[in-house]
Order: sequence, then structure tokens, then C-alpha cells
Amino acid sequence: MIELDNVSYGYGDTTLFSQLSLTLAPGSFHFLTGPSGAGKTTLLRLCYADLRASAGKVRLFGQDAAVLDRDAVAMARRRIGVVHQDCQFLDHLNIAENIALPLTVSDRANEAAGNLQELLDWVGLAPQSGQRPPELSGGERQRAALARAVIVSPEVIIADEPTGNVDWEMSQRLLSLLVELNKMGKTILIATHDLAMIRSMKSDVSARVLRLKDGQLTQAGAEL
Amino acid sequence: MKGMLELIVGDPQADRAVPPTGLTARLTVFVAGVMAFLAVFALAISLTTGRQAAIWADELAQSATLRLPADPEMADDLLLSAVEVLETTPGVARVRVLSSDEQQALLEPWFGPDLPLDSLPVPQLVEVVADDDGYDIDGLRARLTAQVPGAVLDDHTAWREPLVAAASRVRLIGWAVIVLIGATIAAMITLAAQASLAANQQVIRVLRLVGAKDVYIARAFVRRYTLRAGLGAIVGTVIGVAGVQLLPSDDQVGSILMGVGFDGAAWLWPILIPLLSAVVAFLATRAAAFRTLKEMT
Repeated sequence: MIELDNVSYGYGDTTLFSQLSLTLAPGSFHFLTGPSGAGKTTLLRLCYADLRASAGKVRLFGQDAAVLDRDAVAMARRRIGVVHQDCQFLDHLNIAENIALPLTVSDRANEAAGNLQELLDWVGLAPQSGQRPPELSGGERQRAALARAVIVSPEVIIADEPTGNVDWEMSQRLLSLLVELNKMGKTILIATHDLAMIRSMKSDVSARVLRLKDGQLTQAGAEL
Repeated sequence: MKGMLELIVGDPQADRAVPPTGLTARLTVFVAGVMAFLAVFALAISLTTGRQAAIWADELAQSATLRLPADPEMADDLLLSAVEVLETTPGVARVRVLSSDEQQALLEPWFGPDLPLDSLPVPQLVEVVADDDGYDIDGLRARLTAQVPGAVLDDHTAWREPLVAAASRVRLIGWAVIVLIGATIAAMITLAAQASLAANQQVIRVLRLVGAKDVYIARAFVRRYTLRAGLGAIVGTVIGVAGVQLLPSDDQVGSILMGVGFDGAAWLWPILIPLLSAVVAFLATRAAAFRTLKEMT
């Protein structure tokens, strides 16, 4: 689905990581851990073509991301649901409209009605559907971001610190939603620095845990 | 054409994806209105000048003036000969000898109303009007020279050419003004659209992250500015046409303002102003949007 092959990324004279490889197979579940500033968010952004690698190849659904034009990138992103750390909502739209945005921009707004209500119920936000993003709590925003990420039924879901701004109970609920999606066949990649959360999920899902540190991507081991 | 139709039909969901921009919207409508108002006047002046130039050219081209020498002893003979030559010339529709009163009226601006015309050697004037086919001016001159010594045939070329040339230039300037107005609308819309796109960078980023293509993002801006320019131009055109209608007519002020206005099929031109403004806005916004979106990559 998504493949990073000897990818390097840097800016100016700084190299964040080099010759890094990662393959997200269909239906797989990956956690990406590592200290703050290690480049987790950058790695995720490479996975949905928001950044271009300095070297190496990023393949999205078999296509070289470096040669995709803007329209092709847009088409690829419709197959990838992204939950951003800061949610990235349009504050002038209400939550229902924000969640439906991926359908709206794909000229599939007519599909929104049924899917939307189902999703709002699924993430428990039906009562808040008419509110604007700044009026919601952190947890509600994260759930709304997850709902927006899955509304087009993408093949891959990438979540960047989806539990960063929520309490333990809410983080467990969000992760349960992601596990549920994985069981439905979605490929999941979650970046988090919260090892306790990963440990709590180990019994529920067969996940591969990767650690990004000092520019190297390794399989996490003993600390889990 | 398909793009324009989609614009008119619109997509309320897509429109809502971009937040409204109050001041830019009002300024766009205002500037488009002012430009349309000016375009109406430029158009009215241009069309009126063209119409007037054609009338003058036709009137002067069809008539000529024969001037006979002011010789009291030979006057009657010369007049008879001249009329005979003129009436036997193919292409001459009408020959009219100006009366003393008419000649006096012509001289009145220079000599006053009490001019004793009978006691002065004033040349006799004869009006010659051509039919639709016209006559051979050089041939007629040759015959007059031979049969009416001293007669001078003036076909008004010296008057007509500079007059028509001047009118043509005024008309050309009018069209140039309209083109400049169109260019100004395009420049203004481009600046407004670029400012709006720059102010909405975060919105554009979010739209792209959820899979929006450039054409979708551009469409929201293009529709907005096209409709604003069209609306402003409609208001400006209506006020402009009302203003033109309020101008005094030519029979009130003589030929100074030449009855500036629209006549017959020319009324279609002002109707085109809002349409053309919208087309200019559509093209300008579309170009600005795609250029800016490319730069934002």
C-alpha cells in the first residue's frame, strides 16, 4: 500500500533521517514511537505525500510519489485517512460539515447524509454535530478527526498522536475505534510517544511497533 | 462553456468550504460596478460618435455646392448654363439654386442681419444632390470648366475627411477606454483573488489534506469572484444607462453632445457589459487561483 524505500529527509544542512525503509502491507497495524523531535510526524507526512523525500523512493499504492502531480496526490489522499495531531479543521464549518469534507471535495456530497449520521453515532458526536470545532473539547475534536479520516472508507488510516490531547479513558476509546477499523481490513499507522497506551492495546491487536530514534527506524523490543 | 454553466449552477457545499471575506467581497462588487458605469459612458460616446460620423459622411458625401462667379452682367447666363450642365449629368438627383434669403442666412454670422446682398457681388450658390449611384466628380468639373467659366464645384471633401477622421478617432478612443476598463477589472479581480487565496492558505491546506484537487479549490474562488463582478457590473450598468438617459438630447443642446445614447440594436451593448465583466472575472480568477495554488505546493 505504502512503501518507503531507503528514504532520506532533511532540511538545510540537517538530515532528520536517512536510508529508512518501511512497508505498510494491506490490513497491517503499525505503531510508530520515538522521542519528540525524532521525525515521527515527518515520516507520516511522507506517507501521505505532504512532503517529498530528499532521497529514496516513496510509493503510494504502487506509484512513485515523486512523480505524482497535484491531482494524482489528491487522488492518493482520498485513499488515505489522516488524523492530525492538531486535527486541522475548518473553523467556519460545523463538525458535521468538517467530517463530511472529504466527501464534499470528492464531489460525493450526496453520499454524506447516511454515512455521516452513522459516523457521528459511532464516535459519539451526534449531539455536537452542529457545533463549530473551537466549541468542542480535545477528545471530541480527536474523535471528529477520526470520523473525518474514515468517512470515505480509505484503505489506509494514518494517525499522528491521536491520543495526545485526551485523557486515558478517551485514548482507550479512540484506539478501540482504530482497532475496530483494522479488523474491518484497514491498514493503520499510529504515531505516538505513549508506550503505556501501546502496551494496553497489545492484547487486542497484532501490531508491529517501530521506534524512530537518531534517524534510525528499528523494531521496538524490551521496553514494551 | 461547461465551466461557466457549472459556475452559474454552483455547489453550495463547495462554496461553503472557503470562508466568506467581507471587505474584499464588497470592494470587488463596488469596483466592478464603477467600472461598468464608466464602460456604459465610454460605450455610449463611442457608439454615438460612430453613428454621427456615418451620418455626417453620408450627408456630405451626397451633396456638393457649386459656386458661380459674382459677375452681375453674366450671372443669369452662367446660372442657366450651370443648371443645364448639372441637370444633364448622370447621377445628379437634384439641383437647387439657393435663394437670396438662404444666402443671406449663410452670411449672417459674419456680416449681421442687415447685409444688403443685392448691392454686393456675392457668388451665387447651387446645391447639387447626388442619387445613390453618385456622379463622376472629375467629369462634371471638366464640363463646368468648359461651359461655365469661373464656376467652382466643392464636394465638401476638405470638410468631410477631417470630420470623419476625428469622429473615427473619438470612437477608437472610446473602444480603447472599454478595453482598459476590462483590463482594470481583470487586474483588480486578480489582486483580490490572490489576496483571498493568500488569506486562506490554512483552509487550502486542509482541503488538500482531505483530497481536494486544485480545480475544486479554484472553483470556490472563481465562482465567488465571477458572481461578485457580475453583480457589481449589473448595478453599475443599470445606473450608467439611467445616467445616459438623463443626458440632454441633441435637439435640446444642438450638436455639442450629439445626443449621446443608445439607439436600436445598440441597446444590446450595455447588456453585454455585465456578461463580459463576469467572463473577465472568471478568466482572471481562474488564472490567479491556479497560479497561486501551484506556488503553494
